[in-house]
Amino acid sequence: MAPAPQTMLEKVWRLHEVSSETADTPAVLYIDLHLIHEVTSPQAFAVLRERGLPVRRTDLTLATMDHSTPTRTEQIFGGAPITIDSAAKQVRELEINCAQFGVELLGLRHSQRGIVHIIGPELGITQPGKTVVCGDSHTSTHGALGALAFGIGTTEVGHVLATQCLLQRKPRTFALSVSGRLRPGVTAKDLILAIIGKIGVGGGTGHVIEYRGETIRGLDMDERMTVCNMSIEAGARAGMIAPDETTYEYLAGRPRAPQGDAWERAVEEWRKLPTDAGAVFDRQVDMDASVLEPMITYGTNPGMVIPISAAIPTRDNDAVFAKSLAYMGLEAGAPIKDQPVNVVFLGSCTNGRISDLRSAASVLRGRKVAKGVQMLVIPGSQQVKKEAEAEGLDRVFIDAGAEWRESGCSMCLGMNGDLVPKGQYSVSTSNRNFEGRQGVGARTLLASPLTAAASAVRGRVTDPRELLV
Amino acid sequence: MKAIEVLRARTVVLPGSNIDTDQIIPARFLTTTTREGLGRSLFADWRYDGQGALLPDFVLNRPEAQGCRVLVAGRNFGCGSSREHAPWALLDYGIQAVISTEIADIFRSNSLKNGFLPVVVDETTSSWLIANPGAEVTIDVASTTLTLPTGVSVKFPLEAFSRYCLLNGVDELGFLLDRRGDIEAYEQRRHS
Repeated sequence: MAPAPQTMLEKVWRLHEVSSETADTPAVLYIDLHLIHEVTSPQAFAVLRERGLPVRRTDLTLATMDHSTPTRTEQIFGGAPITIDSAAKQVRELEINCAQFGVELLGLRHSQRGIVHIIGPELGITQPGKTVVCGDSHTSTHGALGALAFGIGTTEVGHVLATQCLLQRKPRTFALSVSGRLRPGVTAKDLILAIIGKIGVGGGTGHVIEYRGETIRGLDMDERMTVCNMSIEAGARAGMIAPDETTYEYLAGRPRAPQGDAWERAVEEWRKLPTDAGAVFDRQVDMDASVLEPMITYGTNPGMVIPISAAIPTRDNDAVFAKSLAYMGLEAGAPIKDQPVNVVFLGSCTNGRISDLRSAASVLRGRKVAKGVQMLVIPGSQQVKKEAEAEGLDRVFIDAGAEWRESGCSMCLGMNGDLVPKGQYSVSTSNRNFEGRQGVGARTLLASPLTAAASAVRGRVTDPRELLV
Repeated sequence: MKAIEVLRARTVVLPGSNIDTDQIIPARFLTTTTREGLGRSLFADWRYDGQGALLPDFVLNRPEAQGCRVLVAGRNFGCGSSREHAPWALLDYGIQAVISTEIADIFRSNSLKNGFLPVVVDETTSSWLIANPGAEVTIDVASTTLTLPTGVSVKFPLEAFSRYCLLNGVDELGFLLDRRGDIEAYEQRRHS
């Protein structure tokens, strides 16, 4: 009898079971790649020290710094101090921990430093079929390459450092199938925002989402990463996309991808990973991408999202909804288009890759950021920065009046000095529009790089299709 | 981790849905290298005004909320960032459990590793709790039941291993370290 058809999640899961789950105990799941950063690791290293434990597999552990690091060039390369004392201490502590425990660190001035979820794929160390974890919820990004990748807390960071394993129950499976061609001006960011709007911010809780269908197959790797990145915004710890020729073409020749014969053998294994025909998912949702418009959020969670031409919805007798709109200073029933904007942020693990910068530059080329608008462009990694500069994208941004800086999480979350001032409106390519996320009282509208660039030019929320030739 | 069998305490109600971990503890308080003292930053942007003074209208600041150790919240509590600082801040403040109709996956996992109880209940129970702030409830880990002052008891889901760890004050790291033999065998199997 032929073996029962399996989903990709089930295949990757089985390959990593040190021991299977029972009624009494979760599975012991082996981790192939552990990425660490300065914010969620210090307390984990402290536990190792208390118990006198080494890092079990330094060769499967890679550290960088991104969250609390500044983005001003003089603070990275010019000897100017990190302004926030506690952030400087955190950076220093990661350096000490990595040195003492023998963990490789792509440190503050390293040419391969960047946002942890940008550099994993970029270095080719994120690979199909691997289990990847990091003390950061946007670890879901790496699933775009067919890895099982999810965010963990600091206690679990300690578990992986000490044992290279986690105790886990197998999540449920969720097939999200997308058909239809995205229209010009509508991007992967708009697609994932529409998905979150459809299934809700808790819609994926307890599940791993596998994005499938012709539309997903047609996306390039950067776009797939944008989609998987925001799986957690739908409550799913992980998102996955089956590896295919697009994946292999992206990975081939990257510094930490297998080379030569090892590459051939790896691809042969990776080809076995996609979900078998006839495999059954616990949940299935279908989407039609061809009807989508550019999407933008209007509230304080990513599920509060509408097409850019639509009016903000009205919900009577909903105190939470009313509180959210009051925070945003927006009115139910009003259009979102033409809402004045103060700040535009292009960057983050959602949209800080080279194609995102190219996309925004296509709108900004030969145009200016509107008077009174601050636009910050933060490449997702130092490699992205270098590539962008080689193409002259930095000139496009600088000539338009935007700021061009060093890589990091920057304005995605207010902990490194890059802040949206209280009460101001920010069109942001990041992933969270929570109250205070970009700074106390900041009002975040999540959108694609195209929409962000178009809104920077007009100084108000703008449908990018009006500026695309 | 301290063993916990029963938590009997009064509730404080924060009814909004989708309370994310950026609200529980904003990112600017994450530039710390320890886990102590985070309670003062709990719900910082809701608890304090711009000058750091307590806002008297916020539920946690009201006199009747003092000493309440169980938080009742709307659905999808703890969504967003994986920061374990969220349960650390709640515990440091003095809150030991949250009751909701839905609790986000990573927050739930982080909570259980710190002896913070994530209690998921049905809509009816949740509605009663939201309508009756200050109710004294009993959360029994051994029997995985929540008992309301009305005498009504409901079961809540708790994975067997998590229940064992909570009841015995055992942390998972010890369990994993005891499996070193299995882990080594797996590594050899993978690379042979």
